[in-house]
Amino acid sequence: MIRSLLSTALVFFGLAVSVFAQPPQQNEFVPIDKLPPSDQLPSAPLLITAYVFVWIATLVYLWTIWRRLAKVEADVRGLEQRRAAATRR
Amino acid sequence: MKKIFVPLLIVTTAMFAYAPVMIANAPYESTMGLVQKIFYFHVPSWFAMFTAVFLCGIESAIFLFRKKPSADRLAVAAGEVAVLFGLMGLVTGPLWGRKSWGIWWPWDARVTMALLVELTFVGYLLVRKFAGPGSDKLAAAMAIFGMFNVPFVYMSVNIWRTIHPKTSVVPTLPGGMPGPFWFCVAAFLSLCALLITARLHLENQRAALDALYLDEE
Repeated sequence: MIRSLLSTALVFFGLAVSVFAQPPQQNEFVPIDKLPPSDQLPSAPLLITAYVFVWIATLVYLWTIWRRLAKVEADVRGLEQRRAAATRR
Repeated sequence: MKKIFVPLLIVTTAMFAYAPVMIANAPYESTMGLVQKIFYFHVPSWFAMFTAVFLCGIESAIFLFRKKPSADRLAVAAGEVAVLFGLMGLVTGPLWGRKSWGIWWPWDARVTMALLVELTFVGYLLVRKFAGPGSDKLAAAMAIFGMFNVPFVYMSVNIWRTIHPKTSVVPTLPGGMPGPFWFCVAAFLSLCALLITARLHLENQRAALDALYLDEE
C-alpha cells in the first residue's frame, strides 16, 4: 500500500517537474543570417490587403458620389416641379 | 457627361480586370520577392494623385486670375480625387514597407513630404466645406501651394538620403516589369479621369441647383 502510494506520488512529482520546468536560461544572443521560415512575415496578406484597399476605396468613393448626386438631382427636380406649379397658378 | 463617362467606365473596368493577370505574370524582384508587386498599384496611385493635384492647382489658378467658376468646379473635383489617390498611396506604401524595411512608416523625406501634400489637399477640402463665404479663393491659393510641393516630393529621394528607392528605378525597370507597370499607370490615370468626370458632374449639378434657388429668390 505504502509502496504504491509512494510510486504514484513519484509519478505525479515527475510530471509536475516536466510540466513546470523552465527552459534553459540564455547567457548570450546568437546571431543568424536568415530568419527561419516560420518566423518570416508573409507577403501575400500584405499584397492582398493593398489591392483590396484600392478596390474598396474606389468603390466607396463612387458610391458617395452617386449618393450625393441622387440628393442634388432630387432637389433640382423638386425645385423645378415647384416652379412649374407656381407658373401654372 | 454620359458621352465620356460610359466609355471611360468600360475601359477602366477592363483595364483593372486585366491588371492582376499582368502583375501575376511580372517577374519577382530579387530581394523583396512577392511583396514588391504592391509597386504596380502603389506608384501608379501617386501618378494619379499628382495628375489630379496639377489639375486642381492649374484650375485654381485659372479661377483666381480669370474668375471662371467652371475652373473652380473642376478644381474641387480634382482636389477630392487627389485626396483619394493620396490615401491609396499612403496605405499601400506602409504595407510594402513593413515587409521590405521592417517598419510601417520610416518618417523619411519622401513619406513625410507626401503626407504633407495629402494633408494640404485635405485642408483644401475642409476649407471649401467649412470656411464660409470667400473660402473658394482661399482654397484655390492652398491648391496652388500644394501643387508646387509635388516636384519636391518627387525629387526628395534624390536630394535627401532616404530608404525609398531613387527616381532612377522606374526608367531602368528590367525586362518583364515595364509592361505591367505602364499598363497599371494607364489604368490608374483612366480611373482618375473617370472619377473626376463623375465628381465634376456632381459639382455642375450643384451649380445648377444654386442657380435655380437664386432664380426663385
